[in-house]
Amino acid sequence: MASIIKIPIALQRIPSGHTMKKYSGFSLFKHSLSHHENWQAVWRSPQPKKQYDVIIVGGGGHGLATAYYLAKVHGITNVAVLEKGYLGGGNTARNTTIVRSNYLWDEASKLYDHSLDLWKDLSQDLNYNVMFSQRGVLNLGHNLQDMRDIERRVNANRLNGIDGVVLNTAEVKKIVPVINDSQDIRYPVLGASWQATGGVARHDAVAWGFARGADSFGVDLIQQCEVTDIIKEDGAVVGVQTTQGFIGAKKVACVTAGNSGVMAAMVGLRLPIESRPLQALVSEPVKPIIDTVIMSNAVHAYVSQSDKGDLVIGAGTDSYNGYGQRGSFNVVEHTLSAICELFPMLSRVRMNRAWGGVVDTCPDACPILSKTSVKGLYFNCGWGTGGFKATPGSGHVFAHTLAHDEPHPLAAPFSLDRFNTGHLIDEHGAAGVAH
Amino acid sequence: MHHIYCPYCEEMREEEEYSYTGEAHIERPKDPASIADEAWGDYLFFRANPRGIHHEMWYHAAGCRRYFNATRDTHSYQIHETYKMGELPAVTAPTKAALVADKAKATPAKTKAKPKTKAKVTPEEQQGDAS
Repeated sequence: MASIIKIPIALQRIPSGHTMKKYSGFSLFKHSLSHHENWQAVWRSPQPKKQYDVIIVGGGGHGLATAYYLAKVHGITNVAVLEKGYLGGGNTARNTTIVRSNYLWDEASKLYDHSLDLWKDLSQDLNYNVMFSQRGVLNLGHNLQDMRDIERRVNANRLNGIDGVVLNTAEVKKIVPVINDSQDIRYPVLGASWQATGGVARHDAVAWGFARGADSFGVDLIQQCEVTDIIKEDGAVVGVQTTQGFIGAKKVACVTAGNSGVMAAMVGLRLPIESRPLQALVSEPVKPIIDTVIMSNAVHAYVSQSDKGDLVIGAGTDSYNGYGQRGSFNVVEHTLSAICELFPMLSRVRMNRAWGGVVDTCPDACPILSKTSVKGLYFNCGWGTGGFKATPGSGHVFAHTLAHDEPHPLAAPFSLDRFNTGHLIDEHGAAGVAH
Repeated sequence: MHHIYCPYCEEMREEEEYSYTGEAHIERPKDPASIADEAWGDYLFFRANPRGIHHEMWYHAAGCRRYFNATRDTHSYQIHETYKMGELPAVTAPTKAALVADKAKATPAKTKAKPKTKAKVTPEEQQGDAS
């Protein structure tokens, strides 16, 4: 229900749908008395209404964050999030949960740092523990050019107010005692950049927390509802056709990651995006050995350890387009050979599970947060291999774009027309995974 | 991992011998200096990126070092055909109208492709083994 009178932010937590009961130590105690059988549902499962102010297509982290900030910051609550599967079941559940903001260019580093700022208070803001842990992120360098690039990037970060230091081999070894610091290996560790404020968060909790928050404002989260067509009249969006029938809205925002090209094709648009499977895998749980995040662009491996002890390992993208949510064996083999060289002690650790997510890679490794040539149709896509870290920031600035029909200042450089004007923001060096 | 038939070598080879080089049949504008920024940007960056039948270029980097085209399903990963540069695909995606009709019936879009004519392989061999 759209509010006509401007309500102070503090009072906007009064939900229009149902009353969200806050989680607290006391509520945990209270529910323990009834064997935890009477907890309130985390969100409602409403039937779709005929008409909304805004429809968000895609119930992943970014879509749910957009809905949450649209309601919380802009007071627009007559919103539906349409999800073809289940909430947070796509790339939100498939990434390696790394959060950092040490990007090279001003535009990108400001956007990602805005997101990092939101991460810091997110658990309190959502009243949901997203387990954000600022355990630091290392980006390794393996040759002279890597180290020069790292120095350039760290200097650029510091000028933008983002913490960062350049470490040598001994300093890396001090942070990660299990790393192979031999200078006789094929790709020796010569040093690293270190962002102490980076870290990891619990990916599922991020989706669930934003979902619960959005729902408490009256946003309808509609699962098992696939959008099959976007309907427009006179060049403007009027709604979407779904597997649950037609749903009307003057504003439709596609936050569909790897499927963005499919959404764009519904209105005859092309995007500068290619969808590729990106893989990750986790090992059996082992005792704590790695208490930070280690990434290497050059040998293409990154690893952290989850709270239950699994080593969370990120592999690369397949070289070709694919919507299969699975990747090639040769990509996994490549990554694990790099992991084994960097951490010889892990050579006999068994991998428990491997999976793939379909990522929307952009030519400049930067996202698209943009209006389109179709009135009322917006895209938030192109996050490629590194969208998780941006979840709160992406939702926050994109909600502004939707509410005002004008991009948020931080989102303005990420418009679709940069591919025609040539104002690309080349973040291949800092994006982590080669596109 | 895919096994891909190179139309020049006339043999099935493993995926790692090849490099993927993107969407096929994109023609470079004849006179780049005279066209608008929009058209040039479209040529450089904008892609169809379909979920389904896709015509794409591959480069046989560790073989004959020649470019060729393939028609591949980006969802099932089945390679329907490979063909030489300058040739046209035998297998094409259903039109949007047909797709919309399919979707309206709430049935999964099926490929109405004819059997391939050019690749000389059995269906078992074509199946990308990427699971």
